[in-house]
Amino acid sequence: MTAHMPHPAFMVAAVPLVAAFGLFFVGSYRMAAGINILSCLLTFICSILLVLEPGPSSTFFILDSLNTPFVVLTAFVAFTTSLFSYAYMKHEIESGLLTEHRLRRYHVFYQMFLASMLLALQANNIGLIWAALEVATLSTVLVLTISRTPAAIEAGWKYFILCGVGIVLALFGTALVLLGTQSVGGEGLAAMSWDQIQPLAARINPRLLDIAYVFLLIGYGTKAGLAPLHAWLPDAHSEGPSPLSAMLSGLLLNVALYVLLRFKMVFAANPDTLAPGPLLIIMGLASVFLAALALYRRRDAKRMLAYSSIEHMGIAAFAFGIGGAAANFAGMLHMLGHSLIKSALFCIAGLARIARGSNQVDAMNGLVRTNPVIGWTFLAGIIAIAGLPPFLLFNTEFLIIKATVAASPALAVVFLLGLLLAVSALIGFAQVVAFGEPPAPDHHAHKHAHVPGWAIWPAVLHLLLAVALAVAMPGFLNTWLSAIAPRLG
Amino acid sequence: MIPLADSVNIANLFGALALLMSFAMLYQRRLGSMLALFSVQSMMVAALAFWMAALKNAPDLFITGAITMLLKGGLVPLLLMVYITKLDVRREVQPAYRMGWTIALALALVTLSILISGSAMAGSNVLERNMLALGLSLVLMGFLTMIVRHNAVCQVIGFISIENGMLLAVIGAGGMPMIIELSIALAVFFSFIIFGIFFFHIRERFDTLDIRYIDAYRRDRE
Repeated sequence: MTAHMPHPAFMVAAVPLVAAFGLFFVGSYRMAAGINILSCLLTFICSILLVLEPGPSSTFFILDSLNTPFVVLTAFVAFTTSLFSYAYMKHEIESGLLTEHRLRRYHVFYQMFLASMLLALQANNIGLIWAALEVATLSTVLVLTISRTPAAIEAGWKYFILCGVGIVLALFGTALVLLGTQSVGGEGLAAMSWDQIQPLAARINPRLLDIAYVFLLIGYGTKAGLAPLHAWLPDAHSEGPSPLSAMLSGLLLNVALYVLLRFKMVFAANPDTLAPGPLLIIMGLASVFLAALALYRRRDAKRMLAYSSIEHMGIAAFAFGIGGAAANFAGMLHMLGHSLIKSALFCIAGLARIARGSNQVDAMNGLVRTNPVIGWTFLAGIIAIAGLPPFLLFNTEFLIIKATVAASPALAVVFLLGLLLAVSALIGFAQVVAFGEPPAPDHHAHKHAHVPGWAIWPAVLHLLLAVALAVAMPGFLNTWLSAIAPRLG
Repeated sequence: MIPLADSVNIANLFGALALLMSFAMLYQRRLGSMLALFSVQSMMVAALAFWMAALKNAPDLFITGAITMLLKGGLVPLLLMVYITKLDVRREVQPAYRMGWTIALALALVTLSILISGSAMAGSNVLERNMLALGLSLVLMGFLTMIVRHNAVCQVIGFISIENGMLLAVIGAGGMPMIIELSIALAVFFSFIIFGIFFFHIRERFDTLDIRYIDAYRRDRE
């Protein structure tokens, strides 16, 4: 690579950003959706180039085995979701639920959201990460309320206020880390970069780091949807358009948790701070149990999926709280697997809604019989998200339990109980989809709506990948994760 | 050359006035006055930035002060006032809880902040310690303001005064790198545009800016 080429990380974030500005001027829906897909494809290709030829970390960018897998995954899911989004939004326009005029901002913010997530993942500066996540929040708020129904506006306001406050608290935590780094000799921009903070961490006043950790945990924990800070999540993820839910649940939660992980590495480097583990374990377990119980309410399919996201973020947080190479490895793999499966599920739920005209669980009865392709894929997705074999989440949950048993058998029992609670709720849901009595034919409100058959393929691809990763994980992924896992503390 | 003790006192004065505004906002019942108080608070934070810029010979902090003064001291309160006028919302809002308890809680939060920053900044100079204590107080009181008010506009004011607290703590320690500061300012500005859009949406759908009605809506549906 020549010296004049921009840093590959820069390209990954710049492509969607440029596309976002370009999309401002595109009125036609078809053209905008086309540009959306193209830009996502280009970003995905750039992210692969990034892996093949990683640049050195610079003032603004850092790329190591912790964030590279997430960058590639984010670009990939954004690409497949943009394909699905084309078909889904086409239906929304044809059935009169949305106007082309309103959709204009949807594509702009889709790209803006993608750009900010990729920037947050790659940024080598804790202030820039903060700003990127704030932009991610802002760009999703307006897409969330695109339908303008009272429920969507209520969800949007709650999301905006809770995540807004959360992110301001995260900013305060960030500022405290900056104060700490400056006090032991860091200056200017470098004082905010991961490669500077990390070695200095051991010399920072541990009490200052403790306070910073609490603020960061509350701040980024809100964004990651960890209990008890999850209140905004079920509403936001269930009210938005399906492609957005797929991106929110599959990707944004990961980015927030990733930032927490980076900070945890810093705090772990200072032996006198509060141990970051126990707090993560408590929040993780709380998330798992709370979500598992909520799953039994089973009214709205998208709400169920949103609660399941809380559960899985809780599982990952729990794994990182246990710590050690094995649990960290499993936790990161769990985040990757959850992204693949959950984004697929939100897409399938969107198609099921089109088929049945409602998000309600009751409306999903017997989907397998009336709409076999959607029904079977849905069923496979639910089995996958429940953590049953042959999907990846089975392997990761097994690894997490194994690591927990080694650390503390009692905790493993509690954790396992939470998992079982969630699994049985999800199996109940799977039964509705598989064996339920299909509603009477007059229930088909959107019978004539045409959705191309290929709209299901992105979701199928995700599920196949989740199986492939479970059966035979590629060597490079193993190398990446094994390299970083012991360093996470 | 100003003696060090005096220069610290002046910085403390600006910080303390900002905190005083937080208290005043907590018991103020009129939206317009709340906005004015917020504007004064932002001006105090800006004044502190200017003072520290001169003291530490750090030109970056002049820019920080200028951004704060223009954006939070002027533009944001003005925008909110325009929203309030256009939406014709009721100007008087009742606090949700008894005032005596709220103020007592606020005092407790300030005490907590002083205790925390004392231990967190052990070893650093008195100015940085004070600024962290004041900044943390502002953050927690902004939180309190959001909790004890049910009005969307009041919540927004509480929200941005949290940001003032963060700024206070950072200025005390010499500021942030400029590029970060600018991106934060930009993010704040865009949030305001979105806040405005939301006010109109909420008003249109729910015919009030009282958050309780919006919450109640969700509870009915569940």
